[in-house]
Amino acid sequence: MQTTAPTEHTLLEPLATSSGDEGLLEISLGPHHPSTHGVFRMDAVLDGERVVKLKPVVGYLHRNHEKIAESASYLASMPYTDRLDYFGSLTNNWAYALAVEKLAGIQVPERAEYIRVITAELTRLQNHATTIGFLLQEMGASGSPLMYGFRERETILDLFEALTGSRMMCNYMRFGGCRVELPSGWLDRVKKTVTEFPRFLDEFENLLTSNEILLARTQGIGTLSKELAIQGGVTGPVLRASGVNYDIRKVDKYGIYDRFNFKIPLGEHGDVYDRYMVRMLEMRESIKILEQALRDIPAGPIIDPKTKIRGFRPKPGEAYGRIESAKGELGFYLISDGTGNPYRYRVRPPSFINLTLLEDMCRGYSVADLIVIFGTIDIVLGEVDR
Amino acid sequence: MNIEEIKSAIEKAVPGAHVELVLNPSPSAQHSLLLRPEQAQAIAEFLRDDPELHLDFCSNATGVDWLDTETSEKVKVKKLVDGIEQEVEEVRKTHTPGYLEAVYHIYSMEKKHGPVIIRMRTGNRSDQVTLPSLTPVWRSAEFQEREIFDLFGIIFEGHPDLRRILMWDGFEDHPMRKDYVEPNDYEYEPTAHDSVLEKAKQARAMEGA
Repeated sequence: MQTTAPTEHTLLEPLATSSGDEGLLEISLGPHHPSTHGVFRMDAVLDGERVVKLKPVVGYLHRNHEKIAESASYLASMPYTDRLDYFGSLTNNWAYALAVEKLAGIQVPERAEYIRVITAELTRLQNHATTIGFLLQEMGASGSPLMYGFRERETILDLFEALTGSRMMCNYMRFGGCRVELPSGWLDRVKKTVTEFPRFLDEFENLLTSNEILLARTQGIGTLSKELAIQGGVTGPVLRASGVNYDIRKVDKYGIYDRFNFKIPLGEHGDVYDRYMVRMLEMRESIKILEQALRDIPAGPIIDPKTKIRGFRPKPGEAYGRIESAKGELGFYLISDGTGNPYRYRVRPPSFINLTLLEDMCRGYSVADLIVIFGTIDIVLGEVDR
Repeated sequence: MNIEEIKSAIEKAVPGAHVELVLNPSPSAQHSLLLRPEQAQAIAEFLRDDPELHLDFCSNATGVDWLDTETSEKVKVKKLVDGIEQEVEEVRKTHTPGYLEAVYHIYSMEKKHGPVIIRMRTGNRSDQVTLPSLTPVWRSAEFQEREIFDLFGIIFEGHPDLRRILMWDGFEDHPMRKDYVEPNDYEYEPTAHDSVLEKAKQARAMEGA
């Protein structure tokens, strides 16, 4: 019998130490537990196998990215954004470029907008494919699903390598557009990948979506209610799995997202299964966006010629720009004091804020479930710690 | 609702509320509202619960450190010079104490609008650095306020669990402050980074002295 996690929002005091909690076991999960990627720890209090309390402990990877960016020029911070979420370096680039463009009032040419959408949706595809692979790995499906996910990711990374020269730390966007023109034949390669990708999704669904073990391990586990998800500021697939229709591509219509026809998949129960399904369906919607973008991409310049990249000094003021990255709302808040460095540079990382409700999602479930629930939040510690 | 309408709605709904409009001259035109700390929680609750605004989603919360500023202006003063009254130019310096600021970007998931930006300021940068926590209003501020506390040193009153989050517990400084001096603990590194080598040499020389 599953005990359900309490839905009302309760805030806990710091973990109790040994005294007073007889029969409870306080353990540290991580930082080197395989599921915690080496730099994340969960302080858990267990009653037998059930989680009673849980505090995420972060900071093992903290290198004060914001401080570095404040002592460097606007352009010099661009390659550092790649390292935040190394599964989505191109979307990180875009979020930062968007904030700077808002701050300085820069217009982006049409073609660059299309290229940005294409690279962002490819990023979403490879991110979700691996996330689902990892999720199943965490459930004990030893290896194969993760390798299938990685196999698909590889083809997309090949495209990124051809475009940016790098597979993971792609540094491609600039304020006012993109860095270089597409290599010849690149769009045809993207077309081929986009046509072939649904086959992987079908294969994955056939193998897994109705798999008995997967259903038993995911349905009704780690439930997050709609109200609590909003209250906790959760964004991205985790929020939409709880049934909240909120996608920044639709709400803010940044870039040219208002031109594409696509749907926002929603979950009903907010459990692990919904978070898995929302990602599967989102990949199909990304394919739709990619097909439309590849059909309509115009010729023209890829960067606004008026934007001065070097010696860039925006007027004093501030701006907050945000995009829907694969993990949720990725925002950059910049304050300019008129010099060449930002006075304040802030990253609003989705992974970090989605962790706020980890305890509420895990309380009452078993340790084995905890690993799976943690997997469905899809965090990257480079972004959590910065 | 534009920012001025929100301002007057707040002043109408929360008794005695005093809100200052902070204009943003950049092309983003994201203007913000400066709240008095003692009224901030009541105003935040109003922003969240008002049926028209319904700002249920606190997306971003962050700190800003504004240093003390010294402005000097030339003033003409009448002064006795050698027994004769004369008009003399004098430089007068005005010292404005700096402050720490907490900035919140609030959206509505229900109504799909935003951002409404609210900010609070501390009295100065050293001893009046307490602000009320908005975590009881928006839970998503929980980790972010801990981060502001950790990196800027603003103490949030009413926060349920105010501990350092990114730096280790024994760490004493607040690294995002503008006057933070990085520790001089460089070790010799046989790399091409001359600057690191230079700092290491300096550190060793200091130890020897």
